[in-house]
Amino acid sequence: MKADATLDCIGLYCPMPIFHTANKLKELEVGQVLEILADDEGIKVDMPAWCRATGNELLDIEEEAGAYRVYIRKTK
Amino acid sequence: MSEKVTLVVFSGEMDKALSAFSIAIGAASMGMEVTMFFTFWGLNIIKKKEGPIKSRGIMRKMLNFMNRGGSKRLPLSRFHMLGLGKWMMGKLMQDAKSPSLDELMATARGAGVKFIACSTSMGIMGISKEAFIPEVDSVAGVATYLAEAKEGKVNLFI
Repeated sequence: MKADATLDCIGLYCPMPIFHTANKLKELEVGQVLEILADDEGIKVDMPAWCRATGNELLDIEEEAGAYRVYIRKTK
Repeated sequence: MSEKVTLVVFSGEMDKALSAFSIAIGAASMGMEVTMFFTFWGLNIIKKKEGPIKSRGIMRKMLNFMNRGGSKRLPLSRFHMLGLGKWMMGKLMQDAKSPSLDELMATARGAGVKFIACSTSMGIMGISKEAFIPEVDSVAGVATYLAEAKEGKVNLFI
């Protein structure tokens, strides 16, 4: 998937990935896609929850070799 | 208007403080308005790292001599073992590249989390506002807490 920006959260535990995601998304325009790399397993359920709470769109979560690529589209 | 979250931080232990600040940062990252009310032993978290607080009366003097605060002085709620357990926990956190309590506090402030100190606890224990770190926004009582909590979707006592 093509992303407009990438955020590296490898090695970070909760709550830092969502904190950095929230900050990074502020830099993006509405409609743009942010890619987040993370390896904390909690991200699998935390990112969907964060998107539900903030109204941003979760496009995909890919899992490979213990790490995750999350794609979020900024909606507002 | 954004949703409100209130946290009553009653405990003065490092591990409980870590949980409180993690939740605060998470909530702020979700666009929520977060207020942390520090009361009783929780006031130790927001005290400066200096020596004992000057206060009047022998009992308050004794209390403030024994009950020194500062984020680095907080014990663990379990396995403190005269500081050995805490040292080990700190080491584990460092190895895991997990942020320290000071870093979490700074992050929470940066994310707009409000810090309020309980005036009643301060009065009873003889602690003045000067004893706290400058990040403390205000000193207030239970009515302020309840007014916030009434509008809050998430209200926790830690």
